[in-house]
Amino acid sequence: MKADTHDWKLVGTLDEIPKQGARRVHHGDRTIALFRTQDDQIFALEDKCPHKNGQLSQGIVHGNCVTCPLHNWVISLETGTAQGTNEGRTQAYPVQVRDRKIYLDFTLNQVTC
Amino acid sequence: MGKKAKKKRLVIIGNGMAPGRALERLFETAPDAYEVTIFNAEPRVNYDRIMLSPVLSGEKSFEEIVIHGDGWYVQHGVILYKGAKVTSIDRAAKTITAEFIPSSSGHAPLEPSVSVPYDRLIIATGSSPIIIPVPGHDLAGVLSYRDVDDVNAMLLAAKSGGNAVVIGGGLLGLEAAAGLKEQGMDVTVLHLMPTLMERQLDPVAGHLLERAIKARGVNVLTQANTRAILGDGKVERVELDDGTILPADLVVMAVGIRPNAQLAKDANLDVNRGVLVDAAMRTSDPNIFALGECVEADGEVFGLVAPLYEMAEVVAAQLAGDAGVTFQPKATATKLKVTGINLYSAGDFAEGDDREEIVLRDAARGNYRRLVLKDNRIIGVVMYGDTGDGPWFFDQMKRTADVSEMRETLIFGPSLTGGIPLDPAAAVAALPDDAEVCGCNGVCKGKISGAIAGLGLKTLDDVRAHTKASASCGSCTGLVEQILMAQLGDAYSPSAVQPMCGCTGHGHDDVRRLIVAQKLKSIPDVMQALMWKSSGGCATCRPALNYYLLSTWPGEYADDAQSRFINERVHANIQKDGTYSVVPRMWGGMTSARELRAIADIVDKFDIPSVKCTGGQRIDMLGVRKEDLPAIWADLNATGLVSGAAYAKGLRTVKTCVGSDWCRFGTQDSTGLGIKLEKFLWGSWTPAKVKLAVSGCPRNCSEATCKDIGVICVESGYDIHFAGAAGLDIKGTELLGHVASEEEAIEIIAALTQLYRVQGRYLERIYKWAKRVGIDAIHAQVVEDKERRKALHDDFIHSQSFSQADPWAERVAGKDAHEFTPISVFNMVAAE
Repeated sequence: MKADTHDWKLVGTLDEIPKQGARRVHHGDRTIALFRTQDDQIFALEDKCPHKNGQLSQGIVHGNCVTCPLHNWVISLETGTAQGTNEGRTQAYPVQVRDRKIYLDFTLNQVTC
Repeated sequence: MGKKAKKKRLVIIGNGMAPGRALERLFETAPDAYEVTIFNAEPRVNYDRIMLSPVLSGEKSFEEIVIHGDGWYVQHGVILYKGAKVTSIDRAAKTITAEFIPSSSGHAPLEPSVSVPYDRLIIATGSSPIIIPVPGHDLAGVLSYRDVDDVNAMLLAAKSGGNAVVIGGGLLGLEAAAGLKEQGMDVTVLHLMPTLMERQLDPVAGHLLERAIKARGVNVLTQANTRAILGDGKVERVELDDGTILPADLVVMAVGIRPNAQLAKDANLDVNRGVLVDAAMRTSDPNIFALGECVEADGEVFGLVAPLYEMAEVVAAQLAGDAGVTFQPKATATKLKVTGINLYSAGDFAEGDDREEIVLRDAARGNYRRLVLKDNRIIGVVMYGDTGDGPWFFDQMKRTADVSEMRETLIFGPSLTGGIPLDPAAAVAALPDDAEVCGCNGVCKGKISGAIAGLGLKTLDDVRAHTKASASCGSCTGLVEQILMAQLGDAYSPSAVQPMCGCTGHGHDDVRRLIVAQKLKSIPDVMQALMWKSSGGCATCRPALNYYLLSTWPGEYADDAQSRFINERVHANIQKDGTYSVVPRMWGGMTSARELRAIADIVDKFDIPSVKCTGGQRIDMLGVRKEDLPAIWADLNATGLVSGAAYAKGLRTVKTCVGSDWCRFGTQDSTGLGIKLEKFLWGSWTPAKVKLAVSGCPRNCSEATCKDIGVICVESGYDIHFAGAAGLDIKGTELLGHVASEEEAIEIIAALTQLYRVQGRYLERIYKWAKRVGIDAIHAQVVEDKERRKALHDDFIHSQSFSQADPWAERVAGKDAHEFTPISVFNMVAAE
């Protein structure tokens, strides 16, 4: 079994995000959107729609997707890819929840292997 | 050939649903064979008695349940005597005599009576409610439940509230009780037997029903025998055999019906419990037919509509010369028309040695179904809760289908029983042609598909008009649509059933109707009850549902912020770069040095990059950081400025000109009226944005004739316009009406707004709604019908009492604070 090589940072708790809602994490000049689904899963995406950089954190969360507030693109929370006929992808970040605490890995260097 | 054959004279005694149906059929098959005269003891046209309960509960109006309006009689050359009671039949002379009943308005008839000859006569005298002859049964306030007069009397009594006692826990009694409860009375149902509706339900379903009735606040006493009705001149109390005394301002007797056969008996026709007929529906006099609830056939009398309509088909065929069509009484299914309570029963469900039963119970979901089998055939079905499969079981029963092959899964209905696949379209396609689709009107699938093919029908309304399928209680609408879809494929205009979104097959109107009918009060409730296909909806349906619930249950429904578009969630308008714009309200477009100074200070203090005037006479501050919103609102509030709702599917702005205050052409105080309207309407949520304008003269400087609602002041008062557009579409307004006073203008505008609030589909602007429902229909409700107008106006005021709080002030005070701050901030300066 491999050791967990993630660089987890505590960013908040589950209860600080409304169900079917989102909050933002500012990290330098990056903004990452944290989403909480109806069934309490947490996802993290860069807060930019692949279409026109709309803030996904301001969208409506439904199922495991968010609809961008600017032009209604639907983005998968799991993968960051645009759904339906739209094409594009936004960066997804590793995130995990332990004891209702949310940990995010900003490094993006654990892709595979 | 010379002269045309003289028409035969057909006289009908009674104008209920059965003779109405017989005539429809007769006019289809032999339109010129008879000259028809109808005598109706009720002073009105033919209406749908099945729908009296929705009239009592307020879900429908009398006009909506009329089957044949006056025009229909004229069109078919039928002479209809309203308020004329036939008193005798002279079979030897082949004439009948009728006496005119003086109308309630005291209108004396020209002649006291009339005699009319016949070649063929139909007796359709219906039935009378049974009045239990207990002491006090003749007191004022004791009613039966048979016709519109009874319903009107109940509605009148219910206006002053108080206590109602309904004697009889059968179909009609329970519908009456639910309706009276809906009208605000305290209701007790007295039932002689241990369980409700014992003729249609087994004891288990009877108990489930009792629980559901009690859950709506109706008191139920079973094994309760009425000893006396007490009161001085009018009903005051009901006394039971066990000594219980119940207060009562109204007593409704709904214990059963008795065929009206006296007239036939007096004419020496064969009569038992009802007028005896043969299979051709002829009485003992071959020139005289009998039809409907007055009839006894094969030892049975009839009270439900399906067999009565079958009789009507037979009479029509016989009159048209087709002797081969005869009447055979068949099993009939029963449904209770109490909104939110679903039960279904058909056939025989007594226990017996030669019978087997299959029972499915799901107490948590309130579902119960029981099938009674004999020789591998269904002979009875009782369902409570999810009754959707009822017609399928009923069809298996009527066809005496051998069910031994599917016995294992039979109780789960057609979807799990093989044979018929799960896909509803395929299930409908697999139904045999003789499967009954519409129980109310006895319409089978073959008749519907035949009419679609033969008459080229394209829409649900077409099918309703030509076959009556789904035209009464409407519960089979989905099935009928499936048949249309199966048959027409892409040619079936889906606009009729355009679903709200991919999460549901229901259209907006159906969802709204069901929210009201099933009293659904939260988004999860709606999704559960209407079987949403997705787990949590989507960005299309959730905001729509949130609006429908909010507008349907003012003060009760808790707004779901997460189902609102960002602008309405944070009460500002999102811009392309993620900043927001802020627009304070300026009533009627008026402002002051103090307000302008405050705005200027805020622009400086928060470094707001752009300030602009909007098309609706407001000031817009653009480029505001989301984090700054609460602080800006606090400063605006301090000057008395509140949210301008520039982001809302709700009232936006009332634009005005200066009117008689300043303008040399101004006829009225247009600015003042604009301010009054805006102060009255602000805060309301509507299906889509609503913009108003008031112009002080027909020069129309505030451009009122392209607004959702516009007022043009003239010397004699106010022209009220609506349904304009100046966006994606450009459209001048329609004139709704002219009024003399501001008060009346405001009442009409509030009523119009409220009607739009309850009828408009989410995101449908007023001009599109008006096009869909018709300008005349709107005019009738908000201008002509003053009672309806007042009621809409009052509904609007009630709703406003919950919506006029400044959302900015609420957020300054701390509401939804999580919206305006990041969850955490990592400053990277040190790290990199």
